Amino acid sequence: MLDPIKEGAVWAIMFLPLASFAIITLVSFLGLTRSGAWSPRYSGYLTILAILGSFLLSLWALDSVADTDGARIGFDSHEWLTVGDLQVNIGITLDGLAAVMLVVVTGVSLLVQIYSQEYMREDEGYNRYFAFMSLFTASMLGLVLASSVLQLFVFWELVGLCSYLLIGFWFQKDSARRAALKAFMVTRIGDLGFMIALLIIFTQTGSLDIDEIYEAAIAGAIGSTALTLFALGLFAGAAGKSAQFPLHTWLPDAMEGPTPVSALIHAATMVAAGVYLVARFYPVFAVSEDALLTIAIIGSITTIGAALLGIVATDIKRVMAYSTISQLGYMMMGLGVGGMVAAIFHLFTHAFFKALLFLGAGSVNHATGTFDMRLMGGLRKYMPITYGTMIVASVALVGIFPFSGFWSKDEILADAWADRPWVFVVGMAGVYLTALYVGRMIIMTFWGEYRGGVQAEDEEHAGDAHAGAHHRAPHESPALMTLPLLVLAVLAFGAGFLNVPGFHWLGDIIEGWLPHETEELLTHTDFKLWIAATSVAIGLAGLGTAWAIYQAKMLDPARIRSFLQPLPQLLDNRYYLDYLYETVFVKELVLGSARWGLALWDEYVIDGAVNGLASATGWSAEQLKLAQTGQVQLYGGVMFLGTIAAVIGILVVNP
Amino acid sequence: MLTFAIFFPLVGALLIAALPKDQERSAKVIAAVTTAIVLAAVAYMFIDYDRGASGYQFIDSTTWLDSGISDFNLNYTVGLDGLSLPLVLLTAFLGLVSILISWRIELRPKEYFVWLLVLETSLLGVFSSLDLVLFFLFWELELIPMYFLISIWGSGNRIYSAWKYVLYTFFGSAFMIVGILTLGFTAGTFDIRELAEVGSFDDAIIPAWSIFTLLSIAFLVKMPIVPFHTWLPDAHTDAPTAVSVMLAGVLLKMGGYGILRMSLSIMPEQAADANVIFAVIAAVSIIYGAMMTLVQTDLKRLIAYSSVSHMGYVLLGVSSIGLVGLTGAATQMVTHGLITGMLFALVGMVYDRAHTREIGDLSGLATRMPFITAMMLVAGLASLGLPALAGFTAEITVFLGTFERHEAFTIIGVLGVAFAAGYILWMIQRVFWGPPDPKWAELTDATAWWERGPIIALTIAIVAIGVYPAWIMDLLRDGVAPIAERLA
Repeated sequence: MLDPIKEGAVWAIMFLPLASFAIITLVSFLGLTRSGAWSPRYSGYLTILAILGSFLLSLWALDSVADTDGARIGFDSHEWLTVGDLQVNIGITLDGLAAVMLVVVTGVSLLVQIYSQEYMREDEGYNRYFAFMSLFTASMLGLVLASSVLQLFVFWELVGLCSYLLIGFWFQKDSARRAALKAFMVTRIGDLGFMIALLIIFTQTGSLDIDEIYEAAIAGAIGSTALTLFALGLFAGAAGKSAQFPLHTWLPDAMEGPTPVSALIHAATMVAAGVYLVARFYPVFAVSEDALLTIAIIGSITTIGAALLGIVATDIKRVMAYSTISQLGYMMMGLGVGGMVAAIFHLFTHAFFKALLFLGAGSVNHATGTFDMRLMGGLRKYMPITYGTMIVASVALVGIFPFSGFWSKDEILADAWADRPWVFVVGMAGVYLTALYVGRMIIMTFWGEYRGGVQAEDEEHAGDAHAGAHHRAPHESPALMTLPLLVLAVLAFGAGFLNVPGFHWLGDIIEGWLPHETEELLTHTDFKLWIAATSVAIGLAGLGTAWAIYQAKMLDPARIRSFLQPLPQLLDNRYYLDYLYETVFVKELVLGSARWGLALWDEYVIDGAVNGLASATGWSAEQLKLAQTGQVQLYGGVMFLGTIAAVIGILVVNP
Repeated sequence: MLTFAIFFPLVGALLIAALPKDQERSAKVIAAVTTAIVLAAVAYMFIDYDRGASGYQFIDSTTWLDSGISDFNLNYTVGLDGLSLPLVLLTAFLGLVSILISWRIELRPKEYFVWLLVLETSLLGVFSSLDLVLFFLFWELELIPMYFLISIWGSGNRIYSAWKYVLYTFFGSAFMIVGILTLGFTAGTFDIRELAEVGSFDDAIIPAWSIFTLLSIAFLVKMPIVPFHTWLPDAHTDAPTAVSVMLAGVLLKMGGYGILRMSLSIMPEQAADANVIFAVIAAVSIIYGAMMTLVQTDLKRLIAYSSVSHMGYVLLGVSSIGLVGLTGAATQMVTHGLITGMLFALVGMVYDRAHTREIGDLSGLATRMPFITAMMLVAGLASLGLPALAGFTAEITVFLGTFERHEAFTIIGVLGVAFAAGYILWMIQRVFWGPPDPKWAELTDATAWWERGPIIALTIAIVAIGVYPAWIMDLLRDGVAPIAERLA
């Protein structure tokens, strides 16, 4: 249809938001915001405009890629640094996978920015917010477009930085600064794996270009141990960013940032990066059975472990955070069973309904001033648009026909059945748990009677900055906030139709770039009615259970808890992982041994040696007394001459 | 041109010394103008440097002491190549920065600026010397201004720290002078260029490996490496801000530069044999330094200890004895100089205002000083190796260059990066984020040009190297290439 996209236009996809970041930063730096020459509003408009531009260009990119059936559009790479054997090039990867990601990232980001205009209106950090959001989007786009693994790593880390800055956006809050630090540290632990993977692949292939790595992997030019280690290293990085067990602990705490940030992190940036990374290197993963098995196992543990946590959480954003972790587990499952297409398809649909759920939660917070579901209830009467759109998103999340989540989840389950049936069983169990926590969340938030919102809450525990500025009765949010909700609701319903049995348009684009050899290793399955029907039935059963417990009160939750002990206790303490990491590992092991080392060596042994110098110190004090007569020059001169004399003395005596 | 740049600070120092007592305030102006002229001269050489040519450029040479005993003369020979030029530029740049951030010095300003200028001459001399004896003279000359600057304008236990610093360096120098003399008398020359052509020192009066050890110990102490590092936190903590900037930014690089220029260039055979030892020392320094950093409670001490860890990456790159690793090591010296210099300058600004450096006492400074906070974040992120900032470029090059030879030690080095994130972000979280403490409600942000100017210049340099490193790394690569060839 359109002409094939030009290289400059592809770069612009990333550089537009980057320019927006640069301009806002410069303007704030020059103090124009304080003098009033630059209204904070402009920062918001600029960001929206930049991302709108990126979005339109991304659509152009997708159109171009659709013309090539998802095959890569080649652009020359550019030399960045050459040191001997180390040649680092930068360039663009534009293929089906990248183009789909571009559209998801820019599309969701655009809606989030529009929503933020209203949501962040009163915040004094408005400029900073949009500067970081622009950088966040730009980094994610840079990550998607990178053609060398080092270039990808650069943006990978920048995405991590932006999430740090945005999670800690309200830096005066103690919980926010802790959450920000935690997010950065936990993901960086995973990134160590990424870095080591980078070193392994450079040592093995002498190249950092992603294309050349594919070729080497397919040709078998990399030893199988090195290849598996490389793949596992990458996966460690992916597990950090995509919040896979046991590196998932940062994501629930990441709620401390403004809610639109959460929407962006959970849908289009940050957590999507890990899944994208594995997909991007699928030609490598596909030839390492051990790596795929690891991914399948970790994905399965994550899916179930996080869904269980979602059932006990009382903070609506936390429920969704665990939901995201669980859904990312599904994507990893898909990647682990050869279903690369299914995984990315699920990433695609999930982006819309999860962004919608978060923005909906933000809308609820806007109305009630709290995120605690125990203080909500009955909101469907006050917030019909929010309620309606959240229902659409929830049904899509549970995977009920014909909502978008149904199609993508079904494809993962079908692939699992064909490749590793045990993963299929785990996936089905996950469907039940998902339905259970989704049902509970909807009932607690929107059904029943209103339980008072923030007024009923201790001021100290107030959620976002909106606390305090609230009216008695909850109310629907303004149009700037509900409009994105409505758009996302349409997508959450219909996005799945781009890839349904008999019409594999999106799926063909997503896999069109794969080398022929890799494509043969993928799991390709046909639509199986019994799988679809079973998963829908299980989903409905889960919703029914939620209704029975939380609405009809046929079962007493307290009794279920005591019946299931010690599981609930384990869940309440989040499997004791935070305790293990923060107290046992960091405080006791690392800091403890460091203090011990400091005491033993730096202060004891060295001090002992230095005691011998005590007399010298005393002597020096006398020297200083003389020096302080103001004749430092004289003494300096004496010392200088002394040094020269000493050198010449040694010269004469020594030979 | 080069000789002018090296000695011009002394001219400025003489002018200041000649100032009458009632015009002490002009001292800083003279010092600033002097260092600015030096920076301009060095920048001119940086641009004028012929990147296509090999060998040294801007050579000045003359005989200053005719011994008459044999054909031995003491020569004054200075020149620059791709390795020394960026370090000279760094020195000139931080030289100006250190004058500017000292703008408000009240105590005996005349002498203070004289010593800072003498220090600059000695540092420029160290990096430019092509003669071993001259190198040694400049190396020792640096101690005098450092001693006075720490012991008079320092804080805390400053006299103890100044002496500790001097004694540690002297300790290393004693070994170095023996090494230098043995080299010189064996080869019949002190010229570094000629010494590098000798290749073998097997007929020296002591075994070649012992000459190598004698030389290297002095440099390793200066870098510093564990366990000879304990002078560094003391000297840093008690030194005035500008001296900390010079100490971390330039003086530590004398050690790394010495290793590359002397140990590796002149005795490549022994250096190649020592690569495993270097790697072990590097890994220990990186991890031990990082762990010590984690438990520091004083801002300056924290950054000082982080230098121990970061200089370990220089040695790790050296241990690769290959072009990529050596380029990484040389780059790490430049980037660490910029980043740590900036961190110390900022900590100095916080200390000037709050009069404490205890991390536990500080909280929520971000609302009071947004500029300092933002810049601290940039410098901190650069220090923890965030891509697109200078530190990452150097560290990843070190890792990529070293991994093939020392897999395990490189992985230990990579772990150090996680520690770096821990101590930097923990510090920022404690000091700058968090609820504003009413105790600090009166603090003001950095607004003066002499505070903001240097910080912004440092930021530009750090971003420029991070985003497009080729402009300086090509130079460093060509500088270390002959060394790598000799090692191969």
